[in-house]
Amino acid sequence: MLIPYTVKPRPDTGLINSKLGIWLFLASEVMLFGALFSSYILLRVNSVDWPVGSTILSVPIAAFNTVVLISSSITVIMAWASLKMGNLSKGRMYILITFLLGLTFMCVKAYEYNTKFHHGLFPSESTFMAIYFTLTGLHGLHVLGGMIVFAYFWGPGAKMWKTEPEHFTNRIEIVGLYWHFVDLVWIFLFPVLYLL
Amino acid sequence: MSQSDHHDEHANEHPKLGFWQAYVFSTDHKVIGIQYGLTALVFLFFGFCLMMLMRWQLAYPGQALPIFGSLFSDATMPGGVMLPEFYNSLGAMHGTIMVFLGVVPLAVGAFGNFVVPLQIGAPDMAFPKLNMASYWSFFAGGVVMLYSFMAPGGAANSGWTSYPPLSDIATAGQTYWLIGMIFLITSSLLGSVNFIVTIIQLRVEGLTYMRMPFFVWAQLVTAFLLLLAFPPLEAAGVMQLMDRLADTSFFLPTGLVVTGDALQVSGGGSPLLWQHLFWFLAHPEVYVLILPAMGIVAEIIANNSRKPLFGYKSAVYSLIFLGFMSFIVWAHHMFLTGMGTTISAFFQTTTMIISIPSVVILTVFFISLWGGRIRFNTCMLFALGFLPMFGIGGLTGLPLGLSAADIPLHDTYYVIGHFHYVVAPGTLLALFAGIYYWFPKATGRIMNEFWGKVHFWGSIVCMNMIFFPMLIQGLAGVSRRLYDGGASYEFAEPVLHYNAAMSHAAWLLAVFQLPFIINFFYSIWKGKQVDRNPWQSTTMEWEAPSPPPHGNFDTPPVAYRGPYEYSVPGAEKDYTPQCEAAEV
Repeated sequence: MLIPYTVKPRPDTGLINSKLGIWLFLASEVMLFGALFSSYILLRVNSVDWPVGSTILSVPIAAFNTVVLISSSITVIMAWASLKMGNLSKGRMYILITFLLGLTFMCVKAYEYNTKFHHGLFPSESTFMAIYFTLTGLHGLHVLGGMIVFAYFWGPGAKMWKTEPEHFTNRIEIVGLYWHFVDLVWIFLFPVLYLL
Repeated sequence: MSQSDHHDEHANEHPKLGFWQAYVFSTDHKVIGIQYGLTALVFLFFGFCLMMLMRWQLAYPGQALPIFGSLFSDATMPGGVMLPEFYNSLGAMHGTIMVFLGVVPLAVGAFGNFVVPLQIGAPDMAFPKLNMASYWSFFAGGVVMLYSFMAPGGAANSGWTSYPPLSDIATAGQTYWLIGMIFLITSSLLGSVNFIVTIIQLRVEGLTYMRMPFFVWAQLVTAFLLLLAFPPLEAAGVMQLMDRLADTSFFLPTGLVVTGDALQVSGGGSPLLWQHLFWFLAHPEVYVLILPAMGIVAEIIANNSRKPLFGYKSAVYSLIFLGFMSFIVWAHHMFLTGMGTTISAFFQTTTMIISIPSVVILTVFFISLWGGRIRFNTCMLFALGFLPMFGIGGLTGLPLGLSAADIPLHDTYYVIGHFHYVVAPGTLLALFAGIYYWFPKATGRIMNEFWGKVHFWGSIVCMNMIFFPMLIQGLAGVSRRLYDGGASYEFAEPVLHYNAAMSHAAWLLAVFQLPFIINFFYSIWKGKQVDRNPWQSTTMEWEAPSPPPHGNFDTPPVAYRGPYEYSVPGAEKDYTPQCEAAEV
């Protein structure tokens, strides 16, 4: 059985199935994070003493993490572009770099969490800490999910290149779209939690 | 290209799959649809059993339940007498199971999965593996929900709406409820992405949007509702989990006192926030319950009145408008929270507006009957039963949509009567209609007509005997949350005598499901065999063999015309299938 439009776009929509699928998935993700950001606004507007994020959280560390994530968005594009030009080894190298940048982000985040815990700052401390841990935790899970996918495509998933190079390239494009979204969420999280 | 070569060698061969791959971990949309259907029917029956237990307590408060009472533990029904905590659990779990594990999986998971790819001429869903993941995630959610009955303190007991602060401080069952919900939300997310992509990408040649059967349209709009409305509940669920497990206070206000002691939390949260996030899902969810049912009814009415659906395009546009509007009416569930008159005015206006497309669709169905040669077979009876029942359900909703009328009616049995009219004799009748209608496609055999009619008449009479008195009790002011059904309130006295009759009707309703259950299983193996198209229908699912093999069609069909070309003047037969080429 052959499901059509997995590699060649459907003429009237101009899309392959997985690209439409990921955009729909991202739409639902927008609703997920949108609900959390809305909750943040509602809780903050209703609060009597909402702290300025920079007094509790470290802006330089988060700024470093922002640079790390934006760089990883560039490397995932490089991976896709290399595969488009038929260069698997270069493509895999960029996939690995993207994975390592994600890992760097997670390590920095773990260090940040650890410092908070050492200072006795747990989610139960205040509504600010609660929303901080919930938002960054959920975002961290998304980064982790992306890293698992990159690890798969760097390792066993790359076998697909031998039989279906175009399909494999499309897969990297799809996970790239997801990765950009995860990046974008962080670009909202950083000012909202650390700066405002 | 190696890509197409690789596929071509496998395109026409279907290696025989082992039992586990063919029936359990299948990626075939039809098997998954049937898995969804059977699981959902079991859950519907289970949810119904919870309600039958509650009906005993309401009819005979504080009396020991005969026979079955001894089956329960001392933590739930000591000596056969129901504890109030257990009654609360039953109420919360009845709602949760019926909505999230019964009706939606049957309407979307079962009918959507089985019928949509066939109606659009596709070989399968766009993402078969995601489809399987969706079913098993749903299954895991169901297991967690069932397991929660074993939790200390019993299953969730804060209502199916899980309003905090009560749910934040409730027993462990609530945590299971939240984890179960996250599985169910994941399942519906995977399913909805799959449906939208399938419908947009896998329509066969010639099947333009305006040639799609109404059922496919209904599933498309439903999938968008599930896709966009569920994530806010997921966010809310995560926050409530944080409240319960990490002692945060997203939903706990400052200074909350529980049984005389101040709660040791940071405070500053908002219980109202949960209500907004919950109803942002749960109002579109109402349309998730009703739209697939409307889709089924449209197919059956067009087929059995032997007429095209009257005003197909108006119905489709109404459907899209309905889907859009359903996102901006949620706070009409919250008039009593004191949001302020401005917000109430906005939401009651949108609520009045959303009733218009519903009425348009219902009118389309009624006018479609006019002048038709109606065949009163079982599926048509169920579809016709849907129309007045949904009508009552819809019309009784109007007073609830107006803030002034809602304030006295809020949380009374009137509300219960209203939405049960929509979901039980409304949606459920339509779902039964769908089972009778598509049964021959799934099995190659037809269900018994006589016992089907017994099932129909018994069900519709009993359902009305259960739900109509609820409207009366509600108008008399009886609250929906009372453990004794109102026996301790003097004002409820004049309407209390209905309780026993309603309970008897509920148990009788269970008896009338027996012919259905027996008929269903008997017909799978012993029913009368029929050809591919026993109803002389026009839509494409009837072109495939019954039951359709993996891959569905003998040859890929092509759509040449609209979905409901019945009784075309000058045609030889009274139906012209969608994939019948026009004569030159």
